[in-house]
Amino acid sequence: MAGALLEVQGLTKRFGGFTALNGVSLQVKTGERFGLIGPNGSGKTTLINCVSGALPSDGGRILFEGRDITGIPAHQRTRRGIVRSFQIPKPFTSMTVLGNLAIPLEYATQARPGGDVAAEAMEILRHIGLESKAHSKPAGLTQIEMRKLELARAMAAKPKLLISDEAMAGLSSGEVDDILAILFRLNEQGITIIMIEHIMRAVMRFSERIVVLDAGDRIAEGTPDEIVRNPAVEKAYLGE
Amino acid sequence: MKTGRYLLVSLGVIGLGVLLARARVNPYIYFAGYVILQYVVIATAWNILGGYAGYVNFGTAAFFALGAYTAIFLIESLKAPLPVLILGGGLVSGVLGLGIGYLTLRLKGVFFSIATFALAVVLQTLVINWDYVGGAKGMTVIRPRTGVLFGNYVTFLFTVMVVLAVGAVTIAWLIERSWIGRGLAALRDNEEAAECMGVPTLRLKVFATTVSGFLMGVAGAPFPYYVTYVEPSSAFNLDYAVNALAMPMIGGTTTWAGPVIGAVLLGTAQQVATVTISSELNLLIVGVVLVGFVVLAPEGILGLVRRIRGR
Amino acid sequence: MFSWDLLANAVIAGVLLGGFYAAVSLGVSLTFGLLDVVNMAHPAFVILGSYAAYAMNTSFGLDPILTGLVFTPVFYVLGAVVYRIYYESFERKGEESLRGLVFFFGLLFIIEVSLSLKYGVDYRLVEASYIGKSFEIGGVGIALRLLVPCIVGLAMTMVLHAFLSRTFYGRAIMAVSQDRLALRLMGANPVHIKTIAFGIGIATASLAGALLVTIAPVVPSTARDYIGRVFAITVLGGMGSIGGTLVAALVLGVAESLMATFSGPSWSLAVSFGILILALAVRPSGLFGR
Repeated sequence: MAGALLEVQGLTKRFGGFTALNGVSLQVKTGERFGLIGPNGSGKTTLINCVSGALPSDGGRILFEGRDITGIPAHQRTRRGIVRSFQIPKPFTSMTVLGNLAIPLEYATQARPGGDVAAEAMEILRHIGLESKAHSKPAGLTQIEMRKLELARAMAAKPKLLISDEAMAGLSSGEVDDILAILFRLNEQGITIIMIEHIMRAVMRFSERIVVLDAGDRIAEGTPDEIVRNPAVEKAYLGE
Repeated sequence: MKTGRYLLVSLGVIGLGVLLARARVNPYIYFAGYVILQYVVIATAWNILGGYAGYVNFGTAAFFALGAYTAIFLIESLKAPLPVLILGGGLVSGVLGLGIGYLTLRLKGVFFSIATFALAVVLQTLVINWDYVGGAKGMTVIRPRTGVLFGNYVTFLFTVMVVLAVGAVTIAWLIERSWIGRGLAALRDNEEAAECMGVPTLRLKVFATTVSGFLMGVAGAPFPYYVTYVEPSSAFNLDYAVNALAMPMIGGTTTWAGPVIGAVLLGTAQQVATVTISSELNLLIVGVVLVGFVVLAPEGILGLVRRIRGR
Repeated sequence: MFSWDLLANAVIAGVLLGGFYAAVSLGVSLTFGLLDVVNMAHPAFVILGSYAAYAMNTSFGLDPILTGLVFTPVFYVLGAVVYRIYYESFERKGEESLRGLVFFFGLLFIIEVSLSLKYGVDYRLVEASYIGKSFEIGGVGIALRLLVPCIVGLAMTMVLHAFLSRTFYGRAIMAVSQDRLALRLMGANPVHIKTIAFGIGIATASLAGALLVTIAPVVPSTARDYIGRVFAITVLGGMGSIGGTLVAALVLGVAESLMATFSGPSWSLAVSFGILILALAVRPSGLFGR
C-alpha cells in the first residue's frame, strides 16, 4: 500500500492454548497519528510487542518501509526506526536521566560518543521539560517525570515510528495534556505515532485514524467519529 | 580514574611486584601472593559478566581448570613456553565461554547460571576420563629449573601473576568506561528496555562471557607449574566458584575496584585462616560471609562507602 | 559387550532409579517450576535429610524412611524460614534474579561444608532390613534397596499431585503461580501461600534424603551431583507439571542406567548434565517467555 510506513499482515500470536492475536492486519501511513484501542486483554500490547520485536510471532508478516522485518531482532528494528515506550516505565536505574538517554543515542543512532551525546541528550530533555533532573537517578523522579523520561528515551532513539504504550495511564488531566502536547509536537516534526491508550478523550483528540481490537481480532477501523458511532465497538467495551 | 593516573598506578603496581620479587623475602609470601593475585584475575573475570551484565556464572572452576589442563596438554605435547601456555589456556576457555554463551544466553539468566554449574561437572567428568592429561590420578608437572630474572621459579610465577592481574583489571577498566560497558550496564538494569533502545543484548552478553572465560583460562594456565601436581578434584574445586562469587560481592560489583578489594581482603583472610584454623572452617566462613553480604550488604564494601559518603 | 539380559537389567534399574529421582525433584518442581524461586540448594537439603536418617540409624537403629517421615515437619519449618529470608531480602525488592541465586548457592555451600565438618568426607550408609536383599522376575534382578525408594517416590508424587489439584492450599499454590492478583482478590495472601509451598518443597527433601541414603552411601558433595539431575528433570518435565516431572525422572533414570551399564559409571553423571544443557539450548520459548 502506497505511503504505508508500517504494514502488519495476518499477525498471529499464541500463548500455549490462548490465542492473543488472531490474524490481525493493519497499515499505518507515514506521518500519521494512529490510535490503537480495545478493552483489556484485547491484544494491543501483544501486537506492539510483536511489532517491536520483543516477542516472536506465530504467523503473519510485518513490513516496515516496504521491507519484511518479521525475523529481525528487536534492537535492529529500533535502529531502523521503530521505537516503543513502555506502559510501566523501565528506566535504567543505575544511570542518571542523562545517562538513560545516552544509551539510545549511542546504540540506536550511532552518534559519536563524548560531547555530542551529552549535548544532544540535554536538548531532548529541554524539549520535554526534564532538564532540571538531568543528573538525578530515576529513583528520584515523580510519576509524570518517569513517563516523560520514557518518552525522552524513545525520542533519543530518533524514531521514524514511535509507539506510545499507555503513556498517560494514571496521570492527572493536566499531566495528560502535557504528554499530549509533546506527542503532537513530535508528530509535527514528521514522526509517525501509534498511540495505545485507555483515556478516550486523548485518543479521540489525537488520532487521525483508529483501529479497535477485541479478543485478538480487529473489529473496527475508521476516524474517531466513525469509531464512536460504531455499534460493534460499543458492544466490545460495554458488553451486550 | 583518568587514563593517565591509571597507567601510572598500574606501572607502579608492577614495579612493586618486581621489587618484592627481587627482595627475596620469606618464600611463603610468594606462594600466598600468587594465590591472592590469581584470585584478583578470577574475581575480575567473573565480575565482567556477573557485575557488569548481571549474569551469574557458577562454573568458574570449569574455565579455570580448562586453562590449567590446556596448559598441561601444551606442556606434554609441545613443551610450550609459558606465554604460549597462557595464551592457549585463555583462548580455549574463551571459546568455551563463547559456546556456552551462545547456547544459553537467549534464555532467562537463571538457566544460564544452572548451565554453567552443569558445565563444570561435565567438564570434570571428561577430564577424569582423559588419560593423556592424567585422568583421575592426576599429573605431575616439572617446573623449569630457573625462572627468568628471579632464580626461583615460583618467584617468577609470582611476578607473572602480578602482570596478569594488572592486565585483567585493565581490561575490566577499559570495558567499563567504553560504550560496551554502558551497554552492559543498560542490559543489567533492564534487559528488555535495553534491547528496545537499540542495544544488541545477545551480542554483548556473549562478548562478556567470552572475555570472562578467557581471563579465567589465563588465570588457570600457570597453575600446573605452580602446584606441580594437578588432579581434577583440586582443579575443579567448588572453592573457585564460591570465591569468584564472594570476592566481587564483598568488594562491590559495579566497578573494577570491587573485585580487587574483595580478592585482596578475602584472599588474604583465607591464606591466614588456612594456616591458623582448619581449611574447612575457613571455607564455612567464606560461605557465611557470602550469604551475609548478599542478604545485608549486596552492594559490597564500595556500596557501603558510597552510602556513608551520602551519595 | 551387549546382551539382552544386561539391557533388561539396566532398563529396570533405570526405571526404579527414576521413581526415586522423581522424589528428589518434586521439591524443585514445586519451588522453581511453579513459583520461579531458583532453589539451587534443594539437593543440599536432600543430603541434609540423608545425614539425618544416617544419624538416627546409627544412634537409635531407626529405619531411614521412618526418620525421613518424622523429620518432615522440621524440614517444613526450615523451608518456611528460608523462604521468608529470601522474600524479605530479594523478592520484595525485585532483586531475585542475581542475588537470590547467589543466596541459594551460598546456602548450598554452607550446608555442604557444615556436613563435612561434622561428619567428615567418608562415605556414610544406613542399615535396614530391605537393604541387600533382592529377588528375580523373569531373569531380571530387582534390588529391594532400589524398589522401596521407587515405590515411596511414586507415592510421594501421587500425594503431591492430589494435594495440588484437590485441596484449597494446593489449588491456591497453582493459582499463585499463574496470577498473583487474582489470588489476592480471592482473599489469600500470595506470600503466605508461597511460604507454605516452599515449606512443602523442602519437606519433601527430608524423605527424599532418606531414600537417597538407602540406595547408596553418601558424602557431603553428593549434593552437587543432584543439581544437574533435578533441574534437568524439572526443565524436561515442563516446569511445574508433577506428571511431567515423573516422566522426565524416569527418562533420566533409564538414560543414566544405560550409560552406566555400557560406558561405565563415571560417565553417568555427565548424562544428566548433558541432557540439561541440551534441553536448555533447544528450549522453544525465548528470553521473554517462560
